Amino acid sequence: MAGSKPNQMHLKYESQIREPLVDGNKDYHQITEDIIRPIEAKPSKLWYIGFSISVALLLFGVYSVYRDVTYGIGQWNLNKTIGWGWDITNFVWWVGIGHAGTLISAILLLFRQGWRTGVNRAAEAMTIFAVMCAGQFPIFHMGRVWLAFFIFPYGNTRGPVWVNFDSPLLWDVFAISTYFTVSLLFWYSGLIPDLATVRDRAKTKFRKFFYGTLSFGWTGSTKHWQRHEALSLVLAGLATPLVLSVHTIVSFDFATSVIPGWHTTIFPPYFVAGAIFSGFAMVQTLLIVVRKVLNLQEYITLGHIEAMNKVIVLTGSIVGCAYLTELFMAWYSQNEYEAYAFFYSRANIFSPYGWAYWGMMFCNVVSPQVFWFRKLRRNVVFTFFMSVIVNIGMWFERFVIIVTSIYRDYLPSSWSYYYSPTIWEIGFYLGTFGLFFTCFFLFAKYFPTIAVAEIKYVLKTSGENYKERMDKVEEQKVEEFAHDYAH
Amino acid sequence: MALKRYVVGCFDDEEVLFPAVKKVRNAGYKIQDVYTPFPVHGLDHALGMRETSLHTAGFIYGILGTTTALAGMGWVFTKDWPMNIGGKPNFPLPALIPITFELTVLFSAVGMVMTFCYLCQLAPFVRKHHFHPRATDDLFVMAIECTDRTNVDDLKGFLQSAGAVEVNYQVAESGWWFGRYDVEPKLYREENPVIG
Repeated sequence: MAGSKPNQMHLKYESQIREPLVDGNKDYHQITEDIIRPIEAKPSKLWYIGFSISVALLLFGVYSVYRDVTYGIGQWNLNKTIGWGWDITNFVWWVGIGHAGTLISAILLLFRQGWRTGVNRAAEAMTIFAVMCAGQFPIFHMGRVWLAFFIFPYGNTRGPVWVNFDSPLLWDVFAISTYFTVSLLFWYSGLIPDLATVRDRAKTKFRKFFYGTLSFGWTGSTKHWQRHEALSLVLAGLATPLVLSVHTIVSFDFATSVIPGWHTTIFPPYFVAGAIFSGFAMVQTLLIVVRKVLNLQEYITLGHIEAMNKVIVLTGSIVGCAYLTELFMAWYSQNEYEAYAFFYSRANIFSPYGWAYWGMMFCNVVSPQVFWFRKLRRNVVFTFFMSVIVNIGMWFERFVIIVTSIYRDYLPSSWSYYYSPTIWEIGFYLGTFGLFFTCFFLFAKYFPTIAVAEIKYVLKTSGENYKERMDKVEEQKVEEFAHDYAH
Repeated sequence: MALKRYVVGCFDDEEVLFPAVKKVRNAGYKIQDVYTPFPVHGLDHALGMRETSLHTAGFIYGILGTTTALAGMGWVFTKDWPMNIGGKPNFPLPALIPITFELTVLFSAVGMVMTFCYLCQLAPFVRKHHFHPRATDDLFVMAIECTDRTNVDDLKGFLQSAGAVEVNYQVAESGWWFGRYDVEPKLYREENPVIG
């Protein structure tokens, strides 16, 4: 039976209703070719242009940070009332973006969502770069950055004086460094087999050395794959609560304070939903460009984009619910400070930051609702546009939360009217864009942007050409099928 | 390590590979390993491998992280430098939970990845013999270790009949050694390869 009709035997089966995840007539070798060819080819002109712009932004950021370190935080327009401004806004924004990668690779792995295979590798890389960017802000906000190691608990010569383990700011240190480490390990352990594929195709001496070193001597042995699978599954299980915990802890920075507008128990779920929302938007922004430039439309299909847009409309609506709940609670709690923060500082369009609040409402709550329409979910250009809008909205959300809550505190004499950033604050922010895109350009050029092995794994269940073959199988009677395919 | 003799059969479809594995094992040959470009589910069972205990290791590392975090913070707050923060207890368990959780995850993840690399002997500058360069591309490569009773030609024919698209005979180092992939390996040669 075994050898009789080998090409018709199927070890796995997926419903025909599901869209194929790999379009076109693919076999295993073709997948390797398609994904690894961009690494072996010379970078295009477009790549050089993009990379140069990113490096230029990065250098501007480095100079801004240099000024910040040399002359102090006075380079920024923060003041005693508005002590957290652009820097912490940017920090929370980048950390939020850094949630999509691990969400895609961990939570969607546990939920057995096949479509994650096409996008997880790039999304994880994006996560790591975004967390790197996020980390810069609190570190340089410290001012005396050369003492940044004080945030780690170690037996020092000052007592030893320990860090305060009760403080949410310290929880942040642990949460973000753990998140970064675990995401990096998760990403890299998944990358090893694919780097081995690049290594085994390498023609030049440098490439053999480079990918040979990075791929750790991977052979593809069954025992290694078995352990690799176990590792991925357990790491996914660990990373799932970790993703949720990181933005929860970031939200604790605010929620455990007694400042109107921050002091709410809704923050953890609301921040996590917002993080997934903005993270997916950033994945869309990047992958829509990557699939076009690297010609990967058959692996990152419209189905993938649609799936991510569904997540965007879901999480956007959760965020919208949270905004409305906050307004309701501000009224229902009968707390005048809470009411002032929400109904004067935020929701009143004529207040100094009313424009930011309504900009946020429009970008995050109203505009993603267009994704209820299938046609728009599957429109690449429109999705790209929307993904940028969503990230602008999510930036405003953090700005609104941070600045509108503190610019008018309990003491009217210390009220500060208008907070606008200096060029060096903006430069720092642009610099993190430079860092992010420099890393991403290097990643897209030198590493497989799609998990090659995982695509091969889903090919026979979800490849377009294999699905077509299954049509005949579906017409078979159950008894016949069982007879033909029983091992 | 030692040089060993192998007969290598390459298959281009996992659906041919499975029955072939069965046949080869039933015929009494010793499969050293099957090298595949992606995880083929069920192949480990077909080869008679036992489940990995990596999960258990992960659990133990996790427990170690939990203990480290609680013991460390508890020691700092109650013994080494107790602080009176608004008259609150010195060991405020709820406030310690975030860090405890993070360290549990951190220890477990780092420990598991290190154990994984150790068990699979994966590290930079580690080299191993690759039976076929396409084993990471599109071929499923079965390496069968020869004994003194193995008839190589028979085995080759047997593999071909089981559906192998390419069959060859290799004498190879069975373990790993330090080396770089851009430099051709210069291994010591034994006069008589050890026959397992």
